[in-house]
Amino acid sequence: MSRIQQRVAEAKAAGKKLLVAYIVNGDPQPEVTLPTMHEMVAKGVDVIELGVPFSDPMAEGPVIQKGHERALVHHTSLKGTLELVKQFRQTNDKTPIVLMGYANPVERFGYQAFATAAADVGVDGLLTVDLPPEEVVILKDALDAVGLDNIFLLAPTTTVARAQKIAEHASGFLYYVSLKGVTGAGHLDVEDVKSKLAAFGQLTDLPVCVGFGIKDPTTAKAVAQLADGVVVGSVLVEKMGSLEGQPAAAIATAVGEIIGGMRAAIDSL
Amino acid sequence: MSDIDYSSFPNAAGHFGPYGGRFVSETLVHALDELESIYFSLKDDPSFQAEFDKDMAHYVGRPSPLYLAERWTRELGGAQIYLKREDLNHTGAHKVNNTIGQALLAKFTGKTRVIAETGAGQHGVATATVAARLGLKCRVYMGLDDIKRQTLNVYRMKLLGAEVFPVTSGSRTLKDAMNEAMRDWATNVDDTFYIIGTAAGPHPYPQLVRDFQSIIGREARRQCLAQAGKLPDALIACVGGGSNAIGLFHPFLTDESVKMYGVEAGGLGIETGKHAAPLSKGIPGVLHGNRTYLMEDENGQIIETHSVSAGLDYPGVGPEHSWLKDIGRVNYVAINDDEALAAFRKLTLTEGIMPALESSHAVAYAEKLAPTMSKDQVIIVNLSGRGDKDIHTVAALDGITV
Repeated sequence: MSRIQQRVAEAKAAGKKLLVAYIVNGDPQPEVTLPTMHEMVAKGVDVIELGVPFSDPMAEGPVIQKGHERALVHHTSLKGTLELVKQFRQTNDKTPIVLMGYANPVERFGYQAFATAAADVGVDGLLTVDLPPEEVVILKDALDAVGLDNIFLLAPTTTVARAQKIAEHASGFLYYVSLKGVTGAGHLDVEDVKSKLAAFGQLTDLPVCVGFGIKDPTTAKAVAQLADGVVVGSVLVEKMGSLEGQPAAAIATAVGEIIGGMRAAIDSL
Repeated sequence: MSDIDYSSFPNAAGHFGPYGGRFVSETLVHALDELESIYFSLKDDPSFQAEFDKDMAHYVGRPSPLYLAERWTRELGGAQIYLKREDLNHTGAHKVNNTIGQALLAKFTGKTRVIAETGAGQHGVATATVAARLGLKCRVYMGLDDIKRQTLNVYRMKLLGAEVFPVTSGSRTLKDAMNEAMRDWATNVDDTFYIIGTAAGPHPYPQLVRDFQSIIGREARRQCLAQAGKLPDALIACVGGGSNAIGLFHPFLTDESVKMYGVEAGGLGIETGKHAAPLSKGIPGVLHGNRTYLMEDENGQIIETHSVSAGLDYPGVGPEHSWLKDIGRVNYVAINDDEALAAFRKLTLTEGIMPALESSHAVAYAEKLAPTMSKDQVIIVNLSGRGDKDIHTVAALDGITV
């Protein structure tokens, strides 16, 4: 059983929803990421989505774009991200880690070489924003060979027929983008999410987590009622950016506080 | 090479060999599916074609002339050089062929708002123009650095009623404007049509932009047969994203005797690293929805490009060009800033035609190629745009403020 499956099963057994947290590796400065990951785990995060910075993050809103830019100032790379995961695994062998990023750094690394290296250091899954099922074949074969999960997005505009196809390619969990647009956009419409999830939920046994636009504990709770889990990202990246230059421990603590609030809200269901 | 059926590319998935495709976030897939379905249902529809042809004739002023540059030809002492005068189109460049086509698609789909990205501003102006004519709301994304160096076109777009939205992320040039336009489209997909300005981006854009721009090559082929009595021996066009080049080249691809040269921006020199020539010095990768040659670092990050011409200042290139390079059908070469500037002055003084700095790259390559060919041979240079917009840039190099 993979770490993601293990965690999903544990949450289900405990009657809890999954809390997935996204931060960008190297943002706002490299030494912050590792302590922040540990602090998020301590405050109740189930799955860490580690953003791999890219020069052209086409699907991100302004907040996460800035996170990528801050990280790239320090030349944070895919290779460096694998190093970081290796370090994290020295003291944590349980919390699943999904790398979220764009195709080009992986293409440059080499799909096969990347899959092998990622499995070696203890990565559990990959969400490549710009590799939809039609283009994912090479990577999927490489990931399957080493047992890594391939996480896909579902959007409000995704048809049921297409969602079926995506679900067939996916493993680990599915990530439903709760609103049209980019990360961190507007406020999501809970009713809209509800009707879409009802349709998608019937297509798959995989857990469906919801993200984009979850900014506070209230929204997190409302969404957790409908889904198997919630994904928070922009609210964390915004906080980290505002603390650029501060000691790593202070930034980790601030992020941990936000996570603690989200955890309490979704556990109060 | 003769066995290739060029009209069968891209395939149904938008691939030109290993290039092209649809590398986008799920948030854009539905919009692209919708665009693909409307385009394929309309492209052979007689009423759609008739409207496109009518606009090309009466609004753009096509066919654009194929002009024999006699004095310049004499001076170079080699092949006869014909200029395909896209600079004489309404709005002053080839860009309008595509914006009219895409705006017609927007109209047929009932979208009320169009968006575009622009580098030099030519595509932005062409989009603002068709939006004004069709009464569509229009927002043009433009890098802050480009806004500063293209003030004339920025003002022109504003006069045409478009909102010019400054892009401050990344390198603040064309690639970032394209990122921002994609984000807008993902957010406002219900009422918005994204008019991409070059033959790049996710499928079906490279194909539909090529199809609309192919009017250049179809006309040039006909005109050359009529005026020179034969097919050209060589075609030359500048390549940024590559829409004017693919428009000229595509109708000639099966004519094996016709050699083709795509001219990239060599900037300060390929060897300096400060250029915008991914086909000359890049490697294949994934950006802006397609796989193509890119300028990137060893970690797969896209790097900043340099060219004196904003319209060529782009780290990628249309995927069909990547494929045509690999199969050897088109030769891709580079011309440096100083050579392009010299060609700008040369053509202005010799023929009284002021080329855009983008097109000046093609002009400069013709000056190298023509003397190596014989006097009975024929070259067509795509004069993709006029140089008025670049007068500030050239004057600044002369130390003059205009």
